[in-house]
Amino acid sequence: MEEKLTLFKNRKRFGIEKNIDIIFKNTALVLSSFVAIILLGIILVVFFQSFESFSRYGLKFLVTSEWNPVKDEYGAFTAIYGTLVTSFLSLLITIPLGVGTAIFITEDFVPKVFREIIGSFVELLAAIPSVVLGLWAIFVMEPFFRAFFVFLHNFFGWIPLFSTEPTGRNSLLAILILVVMLLPIVTAIARDSLNQVPKKLRNAAYGIGASRWKTIFSVILPAALSGIMAGVLLALGRAMGETMAVTMIIGNSNAFSWSLLSPGYTISSMLANQFGEADGSQVSSLFYAAFVLMILSLVVNIFAQWLVKKFSLKY
Amino acid sequence: MNSLYYQKRLSRNIGDKFFTSLSVICALIAILPLIFLVTYILYKGGSQITPELFTLEPNPPGDDLDAGGINPALIGTLIITTIASIIAIPVGVGGGIYLAEYSRGGAFSRFIRFGVNVLAGVPSIIAGVFIYALIVSTKILFGSMYSGLAGGMALSILMLPTVIKTTDEGLKLVPNELRYASLGVGASMYATILKVTLPSAFRSIATGVVLGIARAAGETAPLIFTALFSYYYIVGIEDLFYEMGSLAILIYNFALEPYDAQNKLAWAASFILVLSILSVNIFSRILAAFTEKTKRV
Repeated sequence: MEEKLTLFKNRKRFGIEKNIDIIFKNTALVLSSFVAIILLGIILVVFFQSFESFSRYGLKFLVTSEWNPVKDEYGAFTAIYGTLVTSFLSLLITIPLGVGTAIFITEDFVPKVFREIIGSFVELLAAIPSVVLGLWAIFVMEPFFRAFFVFLHNFFGWIPLFSTEPTGRNSLLAILILVVMLLPIVTAIARDSLNQVPKKLRNAAYGIGASRWKTIFSVILPAALSGIMAGVLLALGRAMGETMAVTMIIGNSNAFSWSLLSPGYTISSMLANQFGEADGSQVSSLFYAAFVLMILSLVVNIFAQWLVKKFSLKY
Repeated sequence: MNSLYYQKRLSRNIGDKFFTSLSVICALIAILPLIFLVTYILYKGGSQITPELFTLEPNPPGDDLDAGGINPALIGTLIITTIASIIAIPVGVGGGIYLAEYSRGGAFSRFIRFGVNVLAGVPSIIAGVFIYALIVSTKILFGSMYSGLAGGMALSILMLPTVIKTTDEGLKLVPNELRYASLGVGASMYATILKVTLPSAFRSIATGVVLGIARAAGETAPLIFTALFSYYYIVGIEDLFYEMGSLAILIYNFALEPYDAQNKLAWAASFILVLSILSVNIFSRILAAFTEKTKRV
């Protein structure tokens, strides 16, 4: 009896160890809440810095395109339009390419080794810094496409999108370099969601006599759709916020034009270009533009997360 | 009888062939840019590599004689990425530990996980804008404005979500039996985490963190107006509080210069940046594949 009691006594932890345990847990708790603090901090700081411009221009800022530090008049329509157009058009090209590549990787057209090599090749493309892509776009892509742009203008100049004479850097080049950047994202996520579709579904479709592509279009793709959509939305968020490659190739002009063959602007390239040298109310207006960009990408991101949660595969 | 054989001219078979070739074309278009890009950088950048590149300061654009080297930018990138890692790794690993080991799926942890995903989607230039408003324009760091420290902080915001996510997911893969065994023999929670779960998840966490660091090393947008750029050697600890060059900004600045010498320097810097990032990526991939194989055996 006596012996047992001392044993129980020994089982007690020392006070110091208990304290360490509590301190450790609370430290982890505090560190994890840093994420929330930073996120809220970013939103609040950008909002308050843009307040001066916000109260002065209100929503007019979003629809006027005059950006004139001399006259102290600011409107970000050109940049907002540029952001939306470059990101949506680049996605329009990327989606079929990316999903097509993902199908190629997940189907058994070629031996698995080749498909894995192609898959990791595409993933490596995602690791290349965007500033290097920008450099490449300036010195390789722009000369390469110059003749093609002249052709576009000569034959399709009656379409407003191609109505200006191509002169060096322009929005279309920005769209093309965005395609190079988004392709790995869309392909990787589409491949993962295609891989998650259970084999049973494919076998069932084959069993009732569907051809390979009938199976892909009517069974596999619909089953993987939510994952692909989420990937597309993530890519959209990335495209909107992408700065370096776009800044280096889009030409950075605030003159509004419908034409993709004329230099343009996006919110992020405007920030990259002007932030360092801005002062006075221009800074506040730039913060306002940054706030718009942040809201755009937040909405897209949250929607993507919601989509994943709502429609994730239930097999 | 005939219907038992494969018929080439059947519309479904023609359609299949058509779509198959379409997806092959898609895959080709997807890999071609990479092959062009990598070979071009290797060819164009590799031919600029000289020993002086690593030891000299870059000359200011305009002297079209010689562009100099990239030593300050190379060291600067190392320093800024190190600062970012020093901030982001402890915070991220600690946060990941809380999410994976302590939280019970309540509202708080769900909010944090949501926040991690949202933070991962915040455009990188916004991180720069944030640090500019918080640190550069307020001169809060001992009165210095643009500095390597501020740049490192901006990068750490981009690294943080990656580190938390990989820690969280790596720890979740550790089988619960290990935890039960450790707690069962009387270890406290912190000892269990530090001595059992964290070591057994170490490799997957390390891989993710290293990939995150490699990604951060190539980030440019957050540095444009936090670290700015410098042409001069980094000589002492006090240089942390002044403008600091980095490979990424060097590429950005010199790509837009009209001088050929500067452009060549940008290519050389890209070569070094891409080579190191790709080799880190490939190495960690091989390591991950290797671990998977040994685990299965």
